[in-house]
Amino acid sequence: MDEASGNGNAGRSVVSTRTMEAVVAALVFGFGATFVYQSVKLGFRWGSDGPQSGFFPFYVALIICGSSLAVFVNALRGKAGRRDESFVERGQLWKVMQVLIPAAIFVLGVELIGIYVSSAIYIALFMRFLGKYSWVKSVLIAVIICIALFFMFEVWFQVPLYKGTWDLTSWTGY
Amino acid sequence: MQDLAYLFHGFAVVLTPFNFGLMLLGIVLGVIIGVLPGLGAANGIAILLPLTFTMPPTSAIIMLSCIYWGALFGGAIASILFNIPGEPWSVATTFDGYPLAQQGRAGEALTTSFTSSFVGAFFAVLMITFLAPIIARFALRFGPAEYFSVYLLTFCSFVGMGKGSPAKILASMMIGFALSTVGIDIVTGQLRMTFGLVSLLKGFDFLIAVIGLFGIGEILLSMEEGLAFSGATARINPKVVLETWKKLPRYWLTFLRSTVIGIWMGVTPGGATPASFMSYGAAKKFSKDGDKFGTGVVEGLVAPETAAHAAGTSALLPMITLGIPGSPTAAVLLGGLLIWGLQPGPLLFQEKPDFVWGLIASMYLGNVVGLIVVLSLVPAFAAILRIPFAIIAPVIVVICAIGAYTVNNSMHDIWFMLGFGVVGYVFKKLNYPMAPLVLALVLGNAAESSFRQAMLSSQGSLGILFSNGLVGGITTLALVMLFWPLISKGLRSVRPSRAPKVPAEQPVD
Repeated sequence: MDEASGNGNAGRSVVSTRTMEAVVAALVFGFGATFVYQSVKLGFRWGSDGPQSGFFPFYVALIICGSSLAVFVNALRGKAGRRDESFVERGQLWKVMQVLIPAAIFVLGVELIGIYVSSAIYIALFMRFLGKYSWVKSVLIAVIICIALFFMFEVWFQVPLYKGTWDLTSWTGY
Repeated sequence: MQDLAYLFHGFAVVLTPFNFGLMLLGIVLGVIIGVLPGLGAANGIAILLPLTFTMPPTSAIIMLSCIYWGALFGGAIASILFNIPGEPWSVATTFDGYPLAQQGRAGEALTTSFTSSFVGAFFAVLMITFLAPIIARFALRFGPAEYFSVYLLTFCSFVGMGKGSPAKILASMMIGFALSTVGIDIVTGQLRMTFGLVSLLKGFDFLIAVIGLFGIGEILLSMEEGLAFSGATARINPKVVLETWKKLPRYWLTFLRSTVIGIWMGVTPGGATPASFMSYGAAKKFSKDGDKFGTGVVEGLVAPETAAHAAGTSALLPMITLGIPGSPTAAVLLGGLLIWGLQPGPLLFQEKPDFVWGLIASMYLGNVVGLIVVLSLVPAFAAILRIPFAIIAPVIVVICAIGAYTVNNSMHDIWFMLGFGVVGYVFKKLNYPMAPLVLALVLGNAAESSFRQAMLSSQGSLGILFSNGLVGGITTLALVMLFWPLISKGLRSVRPSRAPKVPAEQPVD
């Protein structure tokens, strides 16, 4: 799990907290602005039968824009110190991506081959490559966990889970 | 006295073998959830909620609320033995709990913290037993304007009592409201904010947001810190427990103060996390041994644990009486009520007394049983933390995905969950509070429709929010809360304040 911290760049900052604050505030502002635009399109005024559909979201979105603007200004103007600390260091970002990217692939797998098979592959590969377990141990634990999940959901609680576009577990009859 | 009769009936409901079994199951699951970093009470309950769809509502709420009590107990185990807060509200528990464990007094520390939790919860339940029926009866007179003003008060309290930047609290809350408007407008039936996407027709389910923000976000954070567990071993024997219990009554004042702080912070939506910090700060200020806090003082353990548990429990008071949850976990339970076909609010006391009093009775019993379970099974729960993170992390991701899918049987929701996870990670690192977002997403539709009904009856005049003493009073209080950051700044410039006693970098829950 620690190969990233071994090389010299691991401690280097990828982005400062100040920049990240400003970027996130800008994104939030964009989110608010989209909602303002949509509300105006829906009608945000007082209609013949009371407030129109866009009435409430319009004001909500205005507050989003206002407060994100305040965060943005604070981020740029703020005193040095905590704000100029690193938001995330290279080694940390690497570790986060090691979880996030496989998780995204796992979700794609769920979409295609269903939750049980995808989970088994995901847990096994995670243990093998990030946990450095042997192949036998990784596959064994992953398969046991997924069979346990299968019995818990499909058999005992009778909550069918997603089987994917190509159903690989159809032979079980569930 | 009819209420007491109902309460005893409630005990009878809980003590049926089926419900009692669910209670034990809930507590054990809850402690596991509380011990594991990355799985919290809110997302743990959100994940397990779909499993209760087929149960009778009373049994379901007993199991889910017991998960909550279990998680409140469990957070302390990881904090004391491993210096890793399993839950945000147990951060303050690490200050004195971990030093105690290092001095070889882990058993004493665990006993103290479990007992404090129990005391805090017990008084909070006592408060709920007597206040809830009164508030519910009173709230029967509420109209849309009153309801909207109570919503206003709830949300303004976040700004007034939250730690950190008011602009961020406001932004995160309004994002929640904005997301709640996506989908079909419940008043006019019009589609809004769907951008022509079919997957947005149903809107965002807050359970997905909870699982993503708190579950996936937390895993990403834990991964970044590269958790390596190394902790003290704990064995609790009856002798240690009895000796600790003999010593605890001398801290009665700390218990009392922390309970009051906890109940107050729980009923107003301050939440368990700020309550634990406030209580720790107050105990430090008033204690004779104030300077020794942080080196392993029993009193420094009593204060945050009592307050956190009192707050966590009393967060359910506004949930069952008004339908307004005081914490994200209470919000998830409220979501459960809606799914089981119950309308939370004052009428619940009249229409479903079985359910309400069953819940209250399970709070009493759940905490007694919880105390016994954690005291006797600590080594087993501590062993969970020794399972390597490389196994725990993917399993939690899988469980979160299953939880997200089962809410609506929708594959899109798993993608949304992943998206919320990234948002949760970034927001947490930038100190955007997540509780207001979740509560706004839950209450968005109710708040909007009560606002629109109030506006309709007044023909669009905001004056209706001041039309009588009750609604005017609540609205005024809400406005004071909203502008509290400015007011307190003004007060401070008039009168120089003392330096804050509690560390500045309190987490915002």
